[in-house]
Amino acid sequence: MGQILLEKVVKRFGDVEVIPPLDLTIEDGEFVVFVGPSGCGKSTLLRLIAGLEDVTSGRIVIDGKDATNIPPAKRSLAMVFQSYALYPHMSVRKNIAFPLRMAGFDKAEIDRRVAAAADVLNLTPYLDRRPGQLSGGQRQRVAIGRAIVREPAAFLFDEPLSNLDAALRVGMRLEISELHNRLKTTMIYVTHDQVEAMTMADKIVVLHAGRIEQVGSPLELYSRPRNLFVAGFIGSPNMNFITGPEADKLNAATIGVRPEHIQVSTTEGRWKGTVGVAEHLGSDTFLHVHATGLAETITVRASGEVGLRHGDTVWLTPEDDKIHRFDSNGLRIE
Amino acid sequence: MARMVSTRRKTINTVLAWGVGLIIFFPILWITVLSFKSEGDAIRTPIEVLTAPWTLESYATVQERSNYLKHFWNSVILSVGSTFLGLLVAVPAAWSMAFVPSKRTKDILMWMLSTKMLPAVGVLYPIYLLFIRMGLLDSRLGLTIVLMLINLPIIVWMLYTYFREIPGEILEAARMDGAGLREEILYVLTPMAVPGIASTVLLNVILAWNEAFWTLNLTAATAAPLTAFIASYSSPEGLFYAKLSAASVMAIAPILILGWFSQKQLVRGLTFGAVK
Repeated sequence: MGQILLEKVVKRFGDVEVIPPLDLTIEDGEFVVFVGPSGCGKSTLLRLIAGLEDVTSGRIVIDGKDATNIPPAKRSLAMVFQSYALYPHMSVRKNIAFPLRMAGFDKAEIDRRVAAAADVLNLTPYLDRRPGQLSGGQRQRVAIGRAIVREPAAFLFDEPLSNLDAALRVGMRLEISELHNRLKTTMIYVTHDQVEAMTMADKIVVLHAGRIEQVGSPLELYSRPRNLFVAGFIGSPNMNFITGPEADKLNAATIGVRPEHIQVSTTEGRWKGTVGVAEHLGSDTFLHVHATGLAETITVRASGEVGLRHGDTVWLTPEDDKIHRFDSNGLRIE
Repeated sequence: MARMVSTRRKTINTVLAWGVGLIIFFPILWITVLSFKSEGDAIRTPIEVLTAPWTLESYATVQERSNYLKHFWNSVILSVGSTFLGLLVAVPAAWSMAFVPSKRTKDILMWMLSTKMLPAVGVLYPIYLLFIRMGLLDSRLGLTIVLMLINLPIIVWMLYTYFREIPGEILEAARMDGAGLREEILYVLTPMAVPGIASTVLLNVILAWNEAFWTLNLTAATAAPLTAFIASYSSPEGLFYAKLSAASVMAIAPILILGWFSQKQLVRGLTFGAVK
């Protein structure tokens, strides 16, 4: 079980309000990702749930029990830290066994669970090593092992992959997703990387300056962003925002078009422009186009390799049904 | 790119380093030489001292006249006792300053250090009076407390520096893993801080062992440690050079040996946190 409710949770550090009153429901078994730029309060929010920070006001309810004033050790949550936070003086075995030891399990049960976790995480050959003798990816696995042995109500991940190199990050991302599919335990995952958020989450919570901008499934956020912030934050490359006469034509203050929803032609189209920078990835080509009559540079994602270079003249046509409209407050117009 | 150091440069550096080392070590060396000479030879010119016959007579006399072992044990009890008493107070203090700092933590640390700049003699009179009233004069207990108090700022500072090096996330991980404050300190913080605690203990044992002002002023016979034992051979009249030297060697030998075997740990402790 692992349902978590936040009710009017507020966090202030001195006079600075990091989290204004915030409500959120996390259902049992959900994989929820808190995403947002640095300083948006996502880590603070996670630490409030963990109990590592005290809430200034409001309530945190875990599995129907008010956990607001329960110390972290008693909340039956497990956390994986960005720095792994392994105990450097203990072997991998002892690291993984530590929460079980604290919970007072007998030795046979501890051994059984540690062996099972090590098996799942491919750590069996390293059980007698110290964390200092492991690679970054292995350390991360130990941290995960330490979290899963106790069979907690929910897992909390605080940017667990940001210390890994790009290749490892993709691998670990899959491993964590598989772990969730197998365990079906609630997971709350904090990241600033919207790709991680999109690929892993059942539900994404987009945070900005401590406020929840939008809560929804990855595809909901992608196709129906509630405001300019979410529209700009979700999706890679970023959505193109266009203001001025083109937006006025559609009765909006700003219109947004994703780079993948613009057709490129060398002969005809709605907006004429010249290619500034062309990025050739093989699978895709990103074109940064200076269009006449538009103040903004338009990014276009063309599938596969298109033979366009710097200085070429192109015509761009947005897919009309995929244009997002926003009012002068930055809110979505349906 | 590594800097090229010529052989000549290396030779000069080596000679200079040995020279400086020798100058620092010379007083101890000379005391040791004098302690193996007769009183008559000890006051001659250096060349004559070196060529004079070697003898153990000063050691024999010192051993006969005073009870070395009693002073030795007093020194051990005072230095070790004050250090461990200090740890009892300093570990919780340093823990709270390192992991739950407030706005005033730095100020408190600086204030604590500033007390070390106070001339000890400035508080001799009140402390002496207190000792008389409380019947602590010439008692090991009283002296242990005073030595603990004068070294406490250093113990707290050293532990604080060490604790600061321990990442807070590891302690938070322990909390998430179900450890209470007691388990957190016992199973996580202390094992990780062992090298730091060891350096702190070593340095403070040495400082307390060598402390002379309070030990000389607050003791007479029963609680007198080795500092008082040396001082008893310092006299304006009569020939006491060789005996004074012998007493000094006997007093500093234990701590010198301890220092020799733990120098790596000591240097690490003193320079810890200097380079990140």
